[in-house]
Amino acid sequence: MSQIVCKNLVLGYEKHAVAEDINFTVNQGDYLCILGENGSGKSTLIKTLLGLTKPLSGEIQFGDKLSAKEIGYLPQQTLTQRDFPASVWEIVRSGCLNRIGFRPFYSAAEKEIAKENMELLGITSLARKCYRELSGGQQQRVLLARALCATRKMLLLDEPVAGLDPKATAEMYEVIYELNQKHGITIIMVSHDIMAAVPYASHVLHLSNKPLFFGTKDDYIKSPVGQIYAASAILHTPKKEAEEHE
Amino acid sequence: MNNIISTLGLYLSYPFVQYALIVGVLVALCASLLGVSLVLKRFSFIGDGLSHVAFGALAIATILHVTNELVVMLPITVLAAILLLGASNNAMIKGDAAIAMLSVGALAFGYLIMSKFSGSTNVSADVCSTLFGATSILTLTITDVWVCIVMSALVILAFILFYHKIFAVTFDENFAEATGIKAKAYNYMIAVITALVIVLAMELVGSLLVSALIIFPALSAMRVFKSFRMVTICAALLSVLGTVTGMVISILASTPVGASIVAVDVVIFAVFSVIGLWKR
Repeated sequence: MSQIVCKNLVLGYEKHAVAEDINFTVNQGDYLCILGENGSGKSTLIKTLLGLTKPLSGEIQFGDKLSAKEIGYLPQQTLTQRDFPASVWEIVRSGCLNRIGFRPFYSAAEKEIAKENMELLGITSLARKCYRELSGGQQQRVLLARALCATRKMLLLDEPVAGLDPKATAEMYEVIYELNQKHGITIIMVSHDIMAAVPYASHVLHLSNKPLFFGTKDDYIKSPVGQIYAASAILHTPKKEAEEHE
Repeated sequence: MNNIISTLGLYLSYPFVQYALIVGVLVALCASLLGVSLVLKRFSFIGDGLSHVAFGALAIATILHVTNELVVMLPITVLAAILLLGASNNAMIKGDAAIAMLSVGALAFGYLIMSKFSGSTNVSADVCSTLFGATSILTLTITDVWVCIVMSALVILAFILFYHKIFAVTFDENFAEATGIKAKAYNYMIAVITALVIVLAMELVGSLLVSALIIFPALSAMRVFKSFRMVTICAALLSVLGTVTGMVISILASTPVGASIVAVDVVIFAVFSVIGLWKR
């Protein structure tokens, strides 16, 4: 049973289709990289997976104990957030909000979850710092920790390295890879940074209004589409940290 | 000095001054609590916009000879608030433009209706008192005060109960929605409370002051404090401080109440901006 199965999905707004014929499956522990240029329907696909927009036709099935509301989401930064006065601690624990129901305050257990996730991402020392004063890489770690508070099953990352410098970018990819390998968290990452993103992925979905390719990374690299876009990506092989540890 | 204290003491013994202080403080408290979220959501002008809508509704109520104007004003303003705040994300016309349109449009129609159909001889004075609250805060009845106390208690209670949800929805609506928080419902809740506060406060203190009470305390607090909780607490305190100081000044110097409060808020903002720069 797969976590997500998309069947003949047509995406768009108000009857205007942006992308169609989308078929793919995501299994527990996969690292799916969704590639495509701007306007290829990536953002719409994200919003549809998250349930923020409805597909025009086709269906998304959730399975393997994953429900539609259990996708941790790492959004792109918004204008509002750039000067938002909030401490790291306040933001991370807000990921626990979907557990508290009508209770007005966080329980000790929820605060513990928030602390664990901050520890995991190495931002415990930043807890009292103001979000707007952090570096781009640190901000992304904060939002990742928040997403992990919401769910430990699946993370959906929207251009997680946009605006980061090369060092922070490399670190971010390592962190995400570690979450996937060590903690078995399913990753769906949207990116147009083909060279850097593909080496870590297990599967690739290449969108261009229609899917040009869906399959494993190894097949993608051999495919005509992949040959064009990702030929040099093979040169980058990720550090297999998880394997070294075992 | 003794003179000042005895003047103040004299004024404070009048019930109408006491009423004005109670209502002023409560309205300031509610407006500043909402203000933090509204300013961060880029809805600073909502106070202006909605009070102009309420003014338009008031004009309609006047020509229809409705005895209790609130019956007309509240639903229309709540509706406008829901349209503005509820559909913020994928609306055809984005936040600031939508507010500006609605605000100017409602003001124009309200003025048009009033000047055409109103029996009053001095329409521009009526309009002026609606906008600036001229003397209305000094003519409150005991019923006004009780209505205000009950409403403020409700607003503050809602704010405390939903504090964490309001934070999440303000910081990142999409994330909240995606992880199963009913972000839309909370947006509507914020919209309805905002409309209630604005309509009531407009009657009491005028629309200029409402806008100022929403914007200034929140912005001043944001200069200095770095967490949402501290900003909220500080904004509430500053708002009450500014209102009381402004009222005392207006009593002692016989200046207009609303304008005095806003002036004090501006000074507080300047002071906090300097502190913010110095702390950096």
